[in-house]
Amino acid sequence: MVASTETNGTALIELQGVTKVYGEGQAAMRALAGIDLRIEQGDFVAIMGHSGSGKSTCLNILGCLDSPTGGSYRFQGVEVSQLTRDQRARLRRYYLGFVFQGYNLLKRTSAIENVELPLIYRGVPARERHAIARRTLAAVGLEGWESHSPSELSGGQQQRVAIARAIIADPSVLMADEPTGNLDTARSEEIMDLLCRLNREAGITIVMVTHEADMAEYARRIVHFKDGRIESDQKNGRTD
Amino acid sequence: MLWNTLLLALREIRRNVMRSFLTVLGIVIGVASVITMVTLGNGATQHVTTQIASMGSNLLMVTPGRRMGPGQQGMAPAFKNEDAQAIAREIGSVSAVAPVSTGAATAIFGNENWSTSVTGTTSEFIALRNMALESGRNFTTSEAHAGAAVCIVGQTVREKLFGSQDPIGQRIRLGALSFQVIGLLEAKGQSMGQDQDDLVIVPLRTFQRRISGNQDVRLIQVSVRDGDATEKAQQAIRLLLRDRRRLAAGEEDNFQVMDTKEISTMLTGATQVLTGLLGAVAAVSLVVGGIGIMNIMLVSVTERTREIGTRLAIGALEREVLLQFLVEAVALSSLGGLFGILLGLGASFGLKSVLQVPFVFDPGIAIIAFLFSAAVGVIFGYFPALKAARLDPIEALRHE
Repeated sequence: MVASTETNGTALIELQGVTKVYGEGQAAMRALAGIDLRIEQGDFVAIMGHSGSGKSTCLNILGCLDSPTGGSYRFQGVEVSQLTRDQRARLRRYYLGFVFQGYNLLKRTSAIENVELPLIYRGVPARERHAIARRTLAAVGLEGWESHSPSELSGGQQQRVAIARAIIADPSVLMADEPTGNLDTARSEEIMDLLCRLNREAGITIVMVTHEADMAEYARRIVHFKDGRIESDQKNGRTD
Repeated sequence: MLWNTLLLALREIRRNVMRSFLTVLGIVIGVASVITMVTLGNGATQHVTTQIASMGSNLLMVTPGRRMGPGQQGMAPAFKNEDAQAIAREIGSVSAVAPVSTGAATAIFGNENWSTSVTGTTSEFIALRNMALESGRNFTTSEAHAGAAVCIVGQTVREKLFGSQDPIGQRIRLGALSFQVIGLLEAKGQSMGQDQDDLVIVPLRTFQRRISGNQDVRLIQVSVRDGDATEKAQQAIRLLLRDRRRLAAGEEDNFQVMDTKEISTMLTGATQVLTGLLGAVAAVSLVVGGIGIMNIMLVSVTERTREIGTRLAIGALEREVLLQFLVEAVALSSLGGLFGILLGLGASFGLKSVLQVPFVFDPGIAIIAFLFSAAVGVIFGYFPALKAARLDPIEALRHE
């Protein structure tokens, strides 16, 4: 259902004049007022803005959790705004990974069981699932923590489990919504280093929403949102 | 996918063992009661049936009263000795007839006394009832005729009054009269919670004169000669008694002539009605249990809104979330059903010695109870599951 990425001129993600309006008539609230955004494979984009600037709405649309009211969103050349709820779910399943501010791990469930959840929906057999989950946990530096439940892990460790869960199925894009929002500076830097490494070494495209300029500095590209529009979009000078 | 969903559901149940247990308690109790009721009911029915079958298929019981339905009897005049004599005399296929009257009396021997049941009958009674004498002798014809003060005691009466002494030849008092013990019955054991060895047999005439004070006969037991059809004898007795009781052509019988099959139907009829009724009450508790499951599933969906959001974000389809919660509800209720079946079987097994009812396992009712509990899970789990599946992932992820 998704065209090859080899096609020339087709970006991984392409938003054109995307609008999002909540509510109707008098009460209508315009969250996005026409967004044009192109994200290439392998990029690391930080989306910044104040609350209410539309950055979260944009991430929801990019993550195929929500449909735009108007405009076009093409993911690997496929028009997402026309897809049904189930089709979008399948797209998320096979191409997207999510990291949230509140980690959103399943309670009273071991780290390894949390991490292998996406593979369950992909129908991967149990034995293979465990092996991959073990490897992925090791990749985020949590070797030996497999059987610990979220309540036995620190915030930074929980976010690592969440990142492991997001990347276990080799997604094209990792959507991160304030991934360091609940962490102190040292933990935040560790998480950002991990994301950079995933971007650099595994070639995972990352779209991250944050309001912390320090964290945005880790990205290759910073997009500023204001009042539902893109205020600025610039390459980040950081070299790694 | 289904297998994975089932594993997920079981994992979820395991995560909340205490709550899962309390949730399904209603189902467990419901199924356990149904199983216990039906198992004990079947046991009682089987017990009565075998017991009556052991009386022999050629036995007829003649009782006064109209047939009104299971366990009921209308009022009607009792029989007299002459009715029994007429049956013996006029119906050729009859081999033995025993008129019976019973009453309660206190038997006294020395310092011991014991309330027991006194049966007034003829010497044919012991053989007719498949009883046997352990020691001593039966009444003689002259004793029966004269209304002699002699008696035959059952094992319970012997034990209570005489302890280890030999009762034969001793004198006991029943009411105002002193009786000589001439025979001791063999032990028969318990039946339907009734001690069959707790009785004293005296000649009918003695009973009528000294204990009941009237000439009534409450029951006539008839045995039909082997090889002769009981239906024919039944019909002959009916016609004879209609004549003797002066019933006009259009009038209904005011007595019953029952063969063993009818007796067991009559005795088990009441049990079955009761079993059905209690079973229905227990089934209501299954529905209540279902509502309990629905309630807790709704709580669970609200509680796990973020989890559902996460699953949807990861790429779970609407129907996969629906299936997950539905399977969870069904797994819960089926586990409850399974526990209930085991508990019910255990309870009926434990009660078998208390109630003197054999343990009869009916796999059919176990399967029905299991399927029913699974169905309760489907019915009451569907709405909460649908609620979970329809959640908006963004809203769900934002839920606190």
